[in-house]
Amino acid sequence: MSAADTFQTRAPTRRPQPGSTLRLLASELRLILGRRRNQMGMLVLAALPVVMAIAIKVSNSGPPPSSQGGPPFLSAITSNGLLLAFAALAVELGLFLPLAISMVSADAIAGEANQGTLRYLLTVPVHRTRLLLVKAASLVLAAMVAVFIVAFTGLVAGVSLFGTGPLTTLSGTQISVVESIWRLALAALYVGAGIAAVGMIGLFISTLTEQPLAAMVATMIVSTLMFILDTIPQLDWLHPWLLVDRWQAFADLLRQPIHTPAMAVGLLVDGAYALVFALLAWARFAGKDISS
Amino acid sequence: MTLGTISVTSDAVDTSTAAVSTSGLTKIFGQQTAVDHIDLVVPSGAVYGFLGPNGSGKTTTIRMLLGLIRPSSGSCSVLGHPMPDELTRALPRVGALAEGPAFHPYLSGRANLHRLDSGDRFAVRSTARKRIDEALERVGLLPAATKRYRAYSLGMRQRLALAAALLQPRELLILDEPTNGLDPQGTREVRNLIGELAAAGSSVMVSSHLLSEVQQVCTHLGIMRTGELVAQGPVAELRAATQRTARITTPDTAQAVATLRQFGIDDTTTAGDEVAATVTNQPEEELVSALVKADVRIRGFSVQSPSLEDLFIRLTGEGFDVSG
Repeated sequence: MSAADTFQTRAPTRRPQPGSTLRLLASELRLILGRRRNQMGMLVLAALPVVMAIAIKVSNSGPPPSSQGGPPFLSAITSNGLLLAFAALAVELGLFLPLAISMVSADAIAGEANQGTLRYLLTVPVHRTRLLLVKAASLVLAAMVAVFIVAFTGLVAGVSLFGTGPLTTLSGTQISVVESIWRLALAALYVGAGIAAVGMIGLFISTLTEQPLAAMVATMIVSTLMFILDTIPQLDWLHPWLLVDRWQAFADLLRQPIHTPAMAVGLLVDGAYALVFALLAWARFAGKDISS
Repeated sequence: MTLGTISVTSDAVDTSTAAVSTSGLTKIFGQQTAVDHIDLVVPSGAVYGFLGPNGSGKTTTIRMLLGLIRPSSGSCSVLGHPMPDELTRALPRVGALAEGPAFHPYLSGRANLHRLDSGDRFAVRSTARKRIDEALERVGLLPAATKRYRAYSLGMRQRLALAAALLQPRELLILDEPTNGLDPQGTREVRNLIGELAAAGSSVMVSSHLLSEVQQVCTHLGIMRTGELVAQGPVAELRAATQRTARITTPDTAQAVATLRQFGIDDTTTAGDEVAATVTNQPEEELVSALVKADVRIRGFSVQSPSLEDLFIRLTGEGFDVSG
C-alpha cells in the first residue's frame, strides 16, 4: 500500500463540492462590490449621466453643437431622454469606464499579492488556473455591472428630465420605446465587451507586479495610449488593430435595420485582445514564485 | 565558536510514509542560495520544530512545501504527494500558516474565513458558518468575529491565521512562526493547541526562531543555518548525540585517564584531583564500572549534558548577525 492510500484510509473521503467554483466567484464579486472604494467608483459612474442630463436641461439652449465631435444622437437628447443613456455610454467610454476596470483588475492579483492574501488563497488550495479563471470571470461581470450602471442611470435621468416616446433612428424611421430599450441593453453589452477586454489587459499586468497602483496606472496608460493612437490620422494602418477603434460603433444600433459589420469586427477585436491577454496572464501566473 | 553539524541516523525514518520529506531541496534567488540541498523528514505523527535564526531559509523551505515557490533543484513531497505537481491533492489535507497573517483589512474576521472557505473545493457550504465559528472559538477569537480585520491587534491577526488553518480536520499542519507577535499567554495557548492537534493524530511542522517557544511540544527538531539543515532528529536522540562532560574526582587521575582512553575517550583534561572527559555515546554506567574494575578510587562522578538551548546556539551561532 502506498503512502497516499494510508492517508486516504485515515481521513474521511472528501469530494469536490458541486458549485464550488460558483461559490468562489460569488465571494469574488462580493469582495469587489463590497469594497468602499469600488462603491465610490460606481457612484461616480452613476453621477455623470445625471450631471449631463441636468447640464443639458439647464442650458436650455439645446444640445452641444455637433462640431464638438460628439456622437450624432447627442443632438436629439432634448427630444427623447432615452438617447441620454447612449450619450452617457459614449462619454464614459473615454475615461471613466476604463479607469473603473483598471482599478478593479489591478486588485485581482497584484492587490491580493500586496496584501499577502494571495498566499493564503493558494494554500487553501485554490489551483492557480482556477483562481485566474474566477478572477477573469469576475472582471467580465464587473465590466458589465459598470456599463449597466451608466446605461441605467442615463436612462432614468434622461427619461425623467426629457420624457420619452418612439425613437427616431439615425436612418429616419421610428422604433418603439420597448424596442429602443432593448437596443440600449445591446449597446451596453457591446461596450461591456470592450471594457472587459481592458479588464483582461489589466489582469495580465496585475500578474506582473505586487503593486496594485502600478498595475492600475499601467492599464490606464495602455487604454489611453490606444485612444490617442486612434486619433492620429498618419497611423490609420494601425487603427483597425487597436482595441478602442470600434468602441463607438454601438451607435449603429440606432439605425434601422441595425448596421452590424463594424460591431461584428469590434467584438472580434475585443475577443482577440481578451483571449491573448488572459492567456498571457495564465502563462505568467501559473509558474510564478509567490514570495509576498 | 565552532559550528558543527549533527545528524542522527539511527532508526532511519521511512520517508515514504513521512508527512513531509524533501530530497536535495534547493532554492536559489539570483546569486543567493536561500536553501541548500536539504533532506528534511517530518515523520507521520511527529511535532517537528523547525528552528533557525531569521534568514536561515525556514520560510523559503515552507513556501516550497506549500507550492508557493518552485524549487531550483531537488524535490519535496507532502503527505506522499510530490509538490508542487500534486498540490491540489496534498494541500486540502494540510492546514497552513504561511509567514504571518494576511487578510482583507476591510472585512471582518469571520468574513475573511468565509472568503478562504469559499476557495476550498472540498468545503461543504452548508457547514461553513459552523466550522468557521468553531475555528474562531478554538483560537479564542469568537468574541471579535464581527470586528474588521483592520482593527485587530497583531496577536488577534495571528490567531485568525491559525483559525484559517483549522477550518477543516487536517492531517498535517505547517505553521510558520505561529507565535510571532503573541504575548507569553498567547504563546502558551498556541503550544497547547499544537499539543491538542498532535494528540488528535495530526502531524505538525512548526517553525520558530526561538527554541524555547516550541521545545516543550516537539518530538523532533530540525535546525537550519544559512540555508543548510545542520541537525535533525528526535529530540531525545539529538540530546544524546551531543557531547557531554563527565567529571571524575579521584586521587588516581593518571589511571583514570588511561582507563578512559581504552573506551576511546581521548579528550580529557586533568586539574588537581578532577578529570574532565568529553563523552559522546558511551553509557556513563559502563564508564563507572570500568573505572572501578581498574581500581580507580572514585570520590565523585557527574555528567553534564548541554541543554537543547546550548545545542541550538552552538549550531546556529549567537548574536545579531542575520545569516545570508
